[in-house]
Amino acid sequence: MSDLNNRNLKPAAADSEPGMPRRDFLKAAAGTLATLALSGCTKEAIEAFLQKHFQELSPEELKTVVARLERECQEKQGVKVSISTKAAAPGVLFGAGLDLSRCIGCRRCVYGCVKENNLSRNHQIQWIRVLEQEKAKGVNLEDANPYYDPKEVPREGYFYIPVSCQHCRRPPCVKVCPVKATWSEPDGIVVVDYNWCIGCRCCMSACPYGARHFNWGTPSVPSKHLNPRMHYFGNRPRPRGVVEKCTFCIQRTREGRYPACVEACPVGARKFGNLLDRKSEIRQIMERKRVFVLKAELNTQPTFYYFYSL
Amino acid sequence: MNKVTFRELLRFGFYALRYMFTGGPAYYLWLAFLVALALWGGLAYREQLTQGLVATNMRDQVSWAFYVGNFTFLVGVAAAAIILIIPAYVYDWKPIKEVAIMGEILAISALVMCMLFVLADLGQPEMVWHMIPSVGKLNFPASLLAWDVVVLNLYFLLNLVIVVYLLYCTYQQRPYNKYFVVPLILLSIPLAISIHTVTAFIYNGMAARPFWNASILAPRFLASAMCSGPAILLILFQILRHTTRFEIKDEALWKIAEIMAYAMFINLFLQGAEVFKEVYSSSEHVVHFNYLFVGLGHHRSLVPYGWGAVICSLLAFGLFIIPATRRHPVTLNLGCLLIYIGVYIEKGMGLVIPGLTPDALGEIYEYVPTMTEVRIGVACFSIGFLVYTFLTKLAVAITLGDFNRNMVAAGDRRGRPIPRPSTPD
Repeated sequence: MSDLNNRNLKPAAADSEPGMPRRDFLKAAAGTLATLALSGCTKEAIEAFLQKHFQELSPEELKTVVARLERECQEKQGVKVSISTKAAAPGVLFGAGLDLSRCIGCRRCVYGCVKENNLSRNHQIQWIRVLEQEKAKGVNLEDANPYYDPKEVPREGYFYIPVSCQHCRRPPCVKVCPVKATWSEPDGIVVVDYNWCIGCRCCMSACPYGARHFNWGTPSVPSKHLNPRMHYFGNRPRPRGVVEKCTFCIQRTREGRYPACVEACPVGARKFGNLLDRKSEIRQIMERKRVFVLKAELNTQPTFYYFYSL
Repeated sequence: MNKVTFRELLRFGFYALRYMFTGGPAYYLWLAFLVALALWGGLAYREQLTQGLVATNMRDQVSWAFYVGNFTFLVGVAAAAIILIIPAYVYDWKPIKEVAIMGEILAISALVMCMLFVLADLGQPEMVWHMIPSVGKLNFPASLLAWDVVVLNLYFLLNLVIVVYLLYCTYQQRPYNKYFVVPLILLSIPLAISIHTVTAFIYNGMAARPFWNASILAPRFLASAMCSGPAILLILFQILRHTTRFEIKDEALWKIAEIMAYAMFINLFLQGAEVFKEVYSSSEHVVHFNYLFVGLGHHRSLVPYGWGAVICSLLAFGLFIIPATRRHPVTLNLGCLLIYIGVYIEKGMGLVIPGLTPDALGEIYEYVPTMTEVRIGVACFSIGFLVYTFLTKLAVAITLGDFNRNMVAAGDRRGRPIPRPSTPD
């Protein structure tokens, strides 16, 4: 609930904020803190406000933080949830493949992702965008239509490219973040610490794939649709005003399961696996098919590969 | 030499504050007007805090817009103080040296507005403490926004120290220590260039956005800043000349206008070079230029602004390059207004919106600011004007000798705390 409490308190702080020169950061922080305290606000709200960067939390502190986040979610949604902080396994670099010959543009991956990752239903957020392209023009993002709505897919003369986070090895979004709220995990997953993000949206401008999404309003997921198996970097509830993105379903893949989009695909167009394992499906595809990445000229070196099987 | 003691400085601050709130009816009316606007916008900010940034028309496709555009424009205004500093302190040109402090005050006010616009744009404004080095986790030197935080704050502090120190010395009726203040003033020249360069680099470094990813961007930022900031100063100088006994020589105004003409020439030339490269080679990246100047299909809402900015800048260049028109008060002010409009569009939303439209996956989302955004913008500007009014009132009074320690002491003895202001301001 600390999130909600914060919101309720904000107007009180608002009066003083417009006149504040930035050198008074500390004062403002102290002021906000004082406001929190004075309005009889919970200890939890103050804890949330002062929460450290994920990588600086000690194991005990992390436990307290996770317990608080679980409690908040339970109070708000009335559902018992568990938030994992499982770290990357050694010797793993996740990679994904997408077979453009098979994809029929049905968007089942989009809906599977929404469900699995607790994406906001009101103020809709979708981590996957499926683009419809004319076959005659080939892959040309400038000429793509994400809002196609025919009676039946695939449409004659068109093919489809689902695009989500490409989990780049050289992610431009990471270097532009002014507060290190987003980084590349050892297994290649680009994650966001939702409690550290300040919502400046530099990463959204820097991303060449439109993969980052902002919580413009308060995200909402009906309790009955809430997926209670969560990960700190993944599908746990996000505060308003922060950036989120595809995490390769970190709460699943770190447990050895497939991402939801891969399971949802009815034609088997989506592949997933460990790029460091020669026998993995994704490596087999790279061996037998010719793969390409989106916007290769930007040298972002995605771990998300597109290929044609036919 | 007298040392600046903390106690004395505090006393000065107290009397200065009292003086800032003393004036004729016109002055109070002006203050009330600004406060009313700030409140009107402040209420909109309260709305934005309760709803989130959904109160704006920014969305995932166009994720930066009105606030960031205004921020960018105002960084230019702040950087432009050096157009007074260089002739005044490097070339020791008297007529401008007398008014150089006004440029520094403008820089302070513009930076206050910059910071307010950034704060208004944040999704989690209470988390700004994450940016404080060592307390938070500033991503320096990788993130250009982190650089911007550093240089903007340095430039702000530097100007604040210079202005307060100079005013304090004059108030104490003693000469300033030039070994202390002149190096600071000279340091403000590279810093002014750096704030604008770093701000340009924030955009420039994004390979995902071809419209910004052009090496000509930073030079263009500087050239246009050398026009927009002085345009505001020229108008302010004339207001000061009319309302106070503060003397500003015509020569100073004309020299500034002349420098602006050269800066505008460079800006237009660089823009022309950019347009040629984009349009002649006509790669797929030209789509952003087309969105600004031709429109994409029925998406044409930016076209009048794109051309409006170019036409304003061209006209202003004409007016300022011809000596007769830059010396005539009517054409001089018209030129200033045209430059202001031209650069406000070009370095504001005319830079941000086409950079993000079409978005990275080719989608076109036509952005128009909401009333909430406009009101918050008005609040930021009126707070900046308040800061400028206060500082200028103080600076004028101190420079003219209407406000100094003897008068304050005399006033105190007579039981009249504040000397009568000689200016309605």
